[in-house]
Amino acid sequence: MTPQSCVTIQKEWDIVGARQLGRDIAKKMGFGTVDQARIATAISELARNIYLYTENGQICFEVVENMNRKGLVILSTDNGPGIDDIGRVMEDGYSTSGGLGAGLPGVKRLMDEFDVQSEVGVGTKIKAIKWAR
Amino acid sequence: MDDVIKLDAANYKDLLKHYIDTQDEKSLYGVEQVSKSFIKNHILPEEIVNLHIQALAELYPEMSEKFQHSMDFLLEAMISYGLAHQEFQMLREKQYEIKSEISVAASMQNTLLGTTKPEIEGLDIGIVSVPAHQMNGDYHHFVKGKDGSLGIAIADVIGKGIPAALCMSMIKYAMDSYPEDSMEPKSILKNLNRVVERNVDASMFITMLYAQYLPCEHKLHYASAGHEPGFYYDAEKGTFTEIETKGLVLGVSSDAEYEQYELKVNKGDMVILLTDGVTECRDGDRFIESEEILEVIKSYEDLPAQEMVNKVYKHFERLQDFELRDDFTLLILRREV
Repeated sequence: MTPQSCVTIQKEWDIVGARQLGRDIAKKMGFGTVDQARIATAISELARNIYLYTENGQICFEVVENMNRKGLVILSTDNGPGIDDIGRVMEDGYSTSGGLGAGLPGVKRLMDEFDVQSEVGVGTKIKAIKWAR
Repeated sequence: MDDVIKLDAANYKDLLKHYIDTQDEKSLYGVEQVSKSFIKNHILPEEIVNLHIQALAELYPEMSEKFQHSMDFLLEAMISYGLAHQEFQMLREKQYEIKSEISVAASMQNTLLGTTKPEIEGLDIGIVSVPAHQMNGDYHHFVKGKDGSLGIAIADVIGKGIPAALCMSMIKYAMDSYPEDSMEPKSILKNLNRVVERNVDASMFITMLYAQYLPCEHKLHYASAGHEPGFYYDAEKGTFTEIETKGLVLGVSSDAEYEQYELKVNKGDMVILLTDGVTECRDGDRFIESEEILEVIKSYEDLPAQEMVNKVYKHFERLQDFELRDDFTLLILRREV
């Protein structure tokens, strides 16, 4: 496991920074163009949620390796309002941005593994992994 | 499935090459087929762009770098389309599931609320009841009394679809529990009113007309709970008159009383009972007038009652471009001898 590299999200511009860092890591790991684009889109979605709904949050990247595969982990952490009903936000068609944003179901589709933990008033932690093929 | 994709990918490249060389229609038709296969195998737009990029790189290794970048740019632009497509796919599957659940419910409703048109000497009965959506919020029921009389209930829940249909099952079971010899219309409505008032949400109302036909006396006794008034056809004069009704809809007030009326039915006369799905048929943006319904009914006067109601339904179904806005129930009762 490599040490984490993180981007703090405060301004909209930080979303671009997070995408850039994530893409660089993905490229280095040998992800193809399609997967690179998917990873960048997932980062956008997560970073945008932080930018729109919370004061402060971070997107961090980690490379995990086990016996036969390598994966890129995206960790999104914020101390925002939290999600009350996770089941609901994971439902297709629920996305508050009126269907245009991919929302969390979109992130789940773009990545291979996905996990959310959230507590109202405390914050939200999302972990998503893409495995290199 | 991966083999299919590989095959299609190879095919795509050959077709592309051929098209670039000849610009012929055959390769375009070919790519249409490949595209359909991609859709069938859930291949997303970004993957097709990527396939295109790879095919180009193989065909033209000397392709300009700028052009390559432009293709990568297009690929990025496709990602969100791919997501939207997946979301629609999922929602479509969900919709399909819901639809099939409702159709199970609808057939269950038919079993629960089913009633058979009775055969009564000297009486010709026609009934058509068609829901606007899968489940019917209109209801009709025939009861043959021990004294030879015929009870007819026709009802409409204000509202459509599933809630209305659920509500009707309750009405049916309440009616089934009444003894067969106490079929006086006004007391049936009074009883049902109490059932509805106690058990149904305050925002839901039911209108009903209950009629009892006495074949020996050729008389129709009836009472109405705010239901769409029916019509009476005088065969001798060839005229229709609206049946006089007065009464509060079911479920509003627990102590409502219902007035009972009597009608003498002569040979050849008809009693027409209906729901507002019939009277509120629309021709474009215009509500039809009740005279139009009566004219249509009159034009089929010579047919047996069942054929009449079928023809009238077909007429208004067509008028409304085969799309009912409300449940449609029409019942015709004619004294034959």
